[in-house]
Amino acid sequence: MLRAMTATLWIGTRKGAFTLRLNGSRRGWKLSGPQFLGHIIHHVVQDPREPKVLLMAAKTGHLGPTVYRSSDRGRTWREATQPPAFRKAAEGEKARAVDRVFWLTPGHASERGTWYAGSSPAGLFRSEDGGERWEPVVGFNDNPMNPQWVSFGTPDGQLTHSILIDPRDPRHLYLALSGGGVFESTDAGADWQPLNEGCAADFLPDPTVPFGHDPHCVALHPTVPDRLYQQNHCGIYRLDRPGRRWVRIGEAMPKKVGDVGFPIVLHPTDPQTAWVLPMDGQTVWPRTSIAGKPAVYRTRDGGKTWRRLDRGLPRSQAWLTVLRQAMCSDGRGARVGLYFGTTGGEVWAGANDGESWRCIARHLPEIYSVTHAV
Amino acid sequence: MSCTVRIPSPLRSYTAGAATVTADGGTIEEVLASLERRFAGIRFRMVDEQARIRPHIRLYVNTEEVQQLSQPVGARDVVHVICALSGG
Repeated sequence: MLRAMTATLWIGTRKGAFTLRLNGSRRGWKLSGPQFLGHIIHHVVQDPREPKVLLMAAKTGHLGPTVYRSSDRGRTWREATQPPAFRKAAEGEKARAVDRVFWLTPGHASERGTWYAGSSPAGLFRSEDGGERWEPVVGFNDNPMNPQWVSFGTPDGQLTHSILIDPRDPRHLYLALSGGGVFESTDAGADWQPLNEGCAADFLPDPTVPFGHDPHCVALHPTVPDRLYQQNHCGIYRLDRPGRRWVRIGEAMPKKVGDVGFPIVLHPTDPQTAWVLPMDGQTVWPRTSIAGKPAVYRTRDGGKTWRRLDRGLPRSQAWLTVLRQAMCSDGRGARVGLYFGTTGGEVWAGANDGESWRCIARHLPEIYSVTHAV
Repeated sequence: MSCTVRIPSPLRSYTAGAATVTADGGTIEEVLASLERRFAGIRFRMVDEQARIRPHIRLYVNTEEVQQLSQPVGARDVVHVICALSGG
């Protein structure tokens, strides 16, 4: 990062999509856009199997949700002919309608053209034609347990996110529900089981429940897929499969900082390295930088210890909020570049594994997602 | 039977910028189907998968607000699509 290379960051905002492009020079980020000005863009994701292809999850304040597809690296976009939608409800049945497509995940490397989408209210959808036509994943949406899993939404609604595909097995999936928990499927989504043992749910009357937890972001390590990390409403966790019990690695964070946040980002090759961006989860949950002093924290030992990374970030009176999709790495090299976008419309770049930071864009609308594309 | 449909600005990306179009049909449902045939994708932005008009969309036949998609539409009627936004 910040070395000679080309890279693109896609910035999804409450008012459209923007790109930041690095063209060979170390400091030459060029902002372009907006595209879809006025649209609410929750996620823009590149297809690693076919890098010219990107999908974008969009809606507006009044119009229904949809997905746009680009096959020319984002120069032009075409709307899905059949956006994600629940099946028509039977007489007397609760009728669900997709309010937002919140999350997009490309399918397994062996399943070209397959994508997953997570919605609010809680729903999982699959496309097998590159995002053109979407079908509900019945095993999740109509699972007899589904109404119980999703009974507790957030003020922003139920959110389906962190849809993860095991790179060794396209049938092995994870997803997370805010106000629901982490769930696993080993049969391509036909059935799902909660996977929340060890996670705190201290906002519930019975904190030992099997589901009802509030994962904010879950990540699976691409080269060691038995290792998962989770930034939860109630702490930072790690899970090593086939184990089923999450370990609270956030206990090692400084007590004054705590281990609440939204995003968690993993190193592309080193499963011991991860980054979080702590926020204030005390009292009424301001969800801003702790004491107005933003910092990223990095572990290099799987969560045993954490190091504060704040060089270049504001020293005081900076009340940043960074949402779960709004932090990423460029996935390149041993020492990667990190990026995060704030709800105040700033994008920050952290060079050399986040050792030093600088602001590379400001005055953007409220940022919902920051993703890297090659 | 065809009627006139007034398209609000948020939906004109579907109608190549046209603010007024014609559509066929004797009911609102049929008018929406006619619009969808001509302007693929437009119906789902107004009506959800349960055939409910979306919360911030209102449809009118002349000055009467549409309550049911089965509401009749006559040849001389004008269907208005209204979008509501609030705040920033």
